Amino acid sequence: MTNQVNAPRKATGRSAAVKSVKPATATPAKRAPRVKVAKRTPAEVAALTEIYRQMLLIRRFEERAARSYTQALIGGYCHLNLGEEAAVVGLLSALAPTDYLFTNYREHGYAINRGIDPNRVMAELYGRIDGVSKGWGGSMHMFDISHRLLGGYGIVGGQIPLATGAALAIDYRGGSEIVMCTMGDGTTNIGAFHESLNIAALWNLPIVYVIINNRLGMGTTVEKSSAEPELFRRGEAYRIESARVDGLDPLAVADASAKAVAVARAGRPYLLEVVSERLRGHSVVDPAKYRTEAEVVQLREHDPVVTFGAKLVRERVLDADTMAAIEHEVTARIDEAAAFAEASPTPDIATLFDYTYATPVANDSRRLPGQPLFDPAPLPDPGEDQ
Amino acid sequence: MTTMTYRQALHDTLRAEMLRDENVLLLGEEIGVFEGSYKITAGLLAEFGEKRVRDTPIAEEGFTGAAIGAAMLGLRPVVEIMTINFSLLALDQIVNHAAKIYGMFGGQAKVPLVIRTPGGGGQQLGATHSQNIELYYAFVPGLKVVAPSTPADAKALLIAAIRDDDPVLFLENLALYNTKGDVPEDDTPAEIGRAAVTRTGRDLTLIGYSRMAHVAAQVADQLAASDGLDIEVIDLRSLRPLDRPTIIESVKKTHAAVIVEDDWLTYGIGAEVAATISDGAFDYLDAPVRRVAMAEVPLPYSKPLETAALPSVDDVINAVHQTLDAVGRRHQKVGHD
Repeated sequence: MTNQVNAPRKATGRSAAVKSVKPATATPAKRAPRVKVAKRTPAEVAALTEIYRQMLLIRRFEERAARSYTQALIGGYCHLNLGEEAAVVGLLSALAPTDYLFTNYREHGYAINRGIDPNRVMAELYGRIDGVSKGWGGSMHMFDISHRLLGGYGIVGGQIPLATGAALAIDYRGGSEIVMCTMGDGTTNIGAFHESLNIAALWNLPIVYVIINNRLGMGTTVEKSSAEPELFRRGEAYRIESARVDGLDPLAVADASAKAVAVARAGRPYLLEVVSERLRGHSVVDPAKYRTEAEVVQLREHDPVVTFGAKLVRERVLDADTMAAIEHEVTARIDEAAAFAEASPTPDIATLFDYTYATPVANDSRRLPGQPLFDPAPLPDPGEDQ
Repeated sequence: MTTMTYRQALHDTLRAEMLRDENVLLLGEEIGVFEGSYKITAGLLAEFGEKRVRDTPIAEEGFTGAAIGAAMLGLRPVVEIMTINFSLLALDQIVNHAAKIYGMFGGQAKVPLVIRTPGGGGQQLGATHSQNIELYYAFVPGLKVVAPSTPADAKALLIAAIRDDDPVLFLENLALYNTKGDVPEDDTPAEIGRAAVTRTGRDLTLIGYSRMAHVAAQVADQLAASDGLDIEVIDLRSLRPLDRPTIIESVKKTHAAVIVEDDWLTYGIGAEVAATISDGAFDYLDAPVRRVAMAEVPLPYSKPLETAALPSVDDVINAVHQTLDAVGRRHQKVGHD
């Protein structure tokens, strides 16, 4: 058994154990050797700055999405990655462009960080033709084959068997790619999670399962839904190497992700638990009334973008001018995405039946509601056939 | 032509498609070492090895979903679900994923997947192992559902299903595995979405699929001998898409229809066929469309109860008689032939 704990064993309860959760700012000593000011090369400064910029891009994108949602420019459900920016950027930093990513429905940030044009992600939210899924998927179903983001899935846990099968296909062909499959904490109670981990371990599939543990389902805590609340330990039942990492620290997540990806690339599955925060409600419309005021205050202290930015300033990687310039650039980029989305046309009604089947098939129904099955038939000839 | 069983036709077709295309692989419970619950995959593990013939854990949702994911990357998996009853455990993956992926992502990923699974009552397997629930899948756009009744169709439709870029639910039937028929040597695929008129006639259209296509054919033979009736038989073969034009063309000629199905009556496949006839041939009908279906009970184990619940040849003959009697046509027929 090779399970190990990479990060402080955070208690996962919200109310009873929240005090034992160490804020990200309380753990710099652990990473101090890597962030000493004196040792920074220009390349390191550029890399850290880029991590911050990517986190901020997700932050501002999601804030804009929330605004557009309340303006009714975006429909359906809208789940945001606010609070998850460090996790997203850290996790995806370990992937090669040829690797595959499957996510759940909280995936805008993953799409952007995978390198997909934010214009096209925003256009998908707006239900427009230039969206990554051509307006067919919406917030929960982002997909871009060229960036190997193989969905965005709205059914909790639905992506896990699929991702496992993608890893099977890679293994079948002897490829060197790996699959990363993200999910929320509540998902680890669904059968598909356990069935998939078992299959991946039996068949030595190249896949990293990632649990984003923000300690809440919608409003139900991990303690109330998972008999083993240290979720990464669920790998033990399948002899899958696993670890838990502090999801508020992009560098720690990047390290943990790199290790997980290396294991997968060597042909073994891996289970990585990323302890994260969800800064707002489950979706845009959720006011999160189940949170106490103390918890809300603590959440602000746990804001990964603010925390990481402050740390970079403190360590003199960034100064106020640079931060302002990044803010300006990112805001302009998001404005452009929103403008692009708004200008993109909605799909033509004539394309409604274009994506039911990939292989055209006889007698496929292509009728709008109320259209008759058959053209009005002429009356039978009374003399015929009698 | 070679005469062989339905089972042999499936086996030989799987083998031929695996030889033809190395992207074809088989997944399912007990299909390898055990050679399949119904021995469709006998010998294939020995010939192709564990890479291409995978014994899976008992995890229908997991392995069906894995097959869908593998199909998204271009493999052409053929999944065996031991009976259609167990497919309910994979319903989320089939309905919410296999059927949606092509459309939901704007046509960026295809799912060239076949799910082979037998239905069928009459084997004294009790309520949970005797269901015919293909309707659940036939309801869903994005899936294709085929139900061959003969060894020849088993071959031609399985070839079509494997080479198709969409998920296909391939319905087999426990009672058909040992039935025999002529099978062509060539590997021409059938066209999914097309019914077959397996017997032409002018007096009434009998419509069935899978095992019930045989019951329909038997009824037509018996009524030809006993009553001189000339009955047309349609084997639906494809439940989604449903070949509505073939049904309508037939009923316009015969003016009467009886549907034979061994799923339950209410909301069943026959209900859709009857509605189709109502829409497309209402003015041509001489009598109401009748459906002969399974009694609406969980199928019992005890043989007399099970037999009573399943549609029999006599049940269908009665329905045909009543349909023609209602408009006086059977008597006319007996008179002038």
